[in-house]
Amino acid sequence: MTAALVHIELTADGAPTDAAAELLGAATVLGEPVAVITVAPGSDTAALVAALGRAGAARVVVAEAAEVGSVIATPQVSALAAAIDREQPSVVLLAHSVDGRDVAGRLAVRVGGALAWDAVGVTRDGDRVVAAHSVFGGAYATTSTIEGGLPIVTVRPGAIDARAAAVEAPAVERLTVEVSGAAATIESSTPVRPSGRPELRTAKVVVAGGRGLGSPEKFALVEQLADALGGAVGASRAAVDAGYIDHAAQVGQTGTTVAPDLYIALGISGAIQHKAGMQTAKTIVAINTDASAPIFEVADFGVVGDVFTVVPQLLDALQSRRSA
Amino acid sequence: MRIIVLIKHVPDTWEERVLDPATGRLDRSASERVVDEITERALEAALALKDSDKSIEVVALTMGPGESTGAIKKALSMGADSGIHLVDDALAGADAMTTAATIAAALRDAGADLIIAGNESTDGRGGMLPAMLAEHLGLPALTFISDLVVEGGRVRGERATETATSVVSAALPAVVSITEGMPEPRFPSFKGIMGAKKKPVASHSLADLGLAADATPRAASVVLSCEPRPGRTGAEPIVDDGSAGQRLADYLAQQRLV
Repeated sequence: MTAALVHIELTADGAPTDAAAELLGAATVLGEPVAVITVAPGSDTAALVAALGRAGAARVVVAEAAEVGSVIATPQVSALAAAIDREQPSVVLLAHSVDGRDVAGRLAVRVGGALAWDAVGVTRDGDRVVAAHSVFGGAYATTSTIEGGLPIVTVRPGAIDARAAAVEAPAVERLTVEVSGAAATIESSTPVRPSGRPELRTAKVVVAGGRGLGSPEKFALVEQLADALGGAVGASRAAVDAGYIDHAAQVGQTGTTVAPDLYIALGISGAIQHKAGMQTAKTIVAINTDASAPIFEVADFGVVGDVFTVVPQLLDALQSRRSA
Repeated sequence: MRIIVLIKHVPDTWEERVLDPATGRLDRSASERVVDEITERALEAALALKDSDKSIEVVALTMGPGESTGAIKKALSMGADSGIHLVDDALAGADAMTTAATIAAALRDAGADLIIAGNESTDGRGGMLPAMLAEHLGLPALTFISDLVVEGGRVRGERATETATSVVSAALPAVVSITEGMPEPRFPSFKGIMGAKKKPVASHSLADLGLAADATPRAASVVLSCEPRPGRTGAEPIVDDGSAGQRLADYLAQQRLV
């Protein structure tokens, strides 16, 4: 079985990001899942290798590169290029994240592969790797393959449910990598502080607020409901533009695309740009004072009413259900 | 200093966008084409630099069919000094590898000190082209940047990933891709619209770029299937009579969502 290389991104603490388990899960249907990590020379990787084994890595390639953490993308690109040279894989999988996209783009040019991006599923059809995509906010389902070269596939975070069986002690291979290519310098870096809430893109529940909330202070109602449901906080572009909440919370065509089990839209009219970012949610609930708001066209449960009376009642009802 | 801004014509995200099921390519006749807003912001970033240093030359570059001259005209009316249009029938349906190779060929001898692009287009959403161009050209790439500053021959900005927020920089020449964290684009002035007609636009085919139509990268992405998803049908909304919060809680419980 040929190797399916998986590029592992690391957090500031040196642990694999949540994408690792998904990517290794996806890799198992394509080949032998081989994780590639890029670390500073002399790093202790025992815990990392064990974690990747638990996530299903059959083997781990530990690439040591001097510039890790001080420049963007090129250490990881050089590491993957070296791993490709050694492993001759049938596919390379990466997360469709900010760093993952930089690495994938450069890697495809460097090794003469081709890209399938933002895959929501991957399968093997004979010799071909087939990627599934959700296009224009889920309005189309497409599949693609790569011909004439190495497939380099980025996978949408949260899209893959399959998980690989744990491997007790994955074999480790060490490479020393000469980093090549001009790169931007990372002058300073602040780790993202965990908010205590799930990440928007992969959350099972998203509660989003729109212009109907009226002010940054009143937007707290959205956060309150999100916390009661253990969900992430989202927002429409109108709410972001009005300054109610940071751009990172924006759901829509521009912003984050989400596909949670439950999406609750509060005071959001449902412009086509917003719907493009959330209409593949399993269940959609909308509360809006305007009965003609387009959000109701996609809502499984819609309430024409004021969020400031309906949501507090909902919170009370959820509370009494819990204490019952 | 010469700044080349990459702009893209895309279907308007305020309308329904349509793919041709036979090819998986965009149905260009089905919706209005507009300049992708993120690339207008990229142009704004260049024009803001030009506002403070009139010696800066701003060039708008696009790749696309004949109608894409509309995107260049908009850029010129906003304040770009000239345009470059990469247009060739052989580029129809070009994948990312071909697109990157073509734009890189046009940029190679264009003398840009800074190349600014949007972080990802609203139609393709790949967000990889800037890094691919940097790799082709042997340049550093500052991707997904907000707060762009150019001084002392370096470009610097803030870059937020899923795990960290960083300050990043590179010596010029460099490739930059910007996010929506950058300021909104200006509107073309009447003077700008009138003046745009006199500004030069160069048009290049693949042959002009020294690329044969069949010399595109060997590895390519191929669409296998394209299916429209059935649209969602919403349920008739209830009107709050004072019990909607309670009824919603019951619904969520019944659906096992709480």
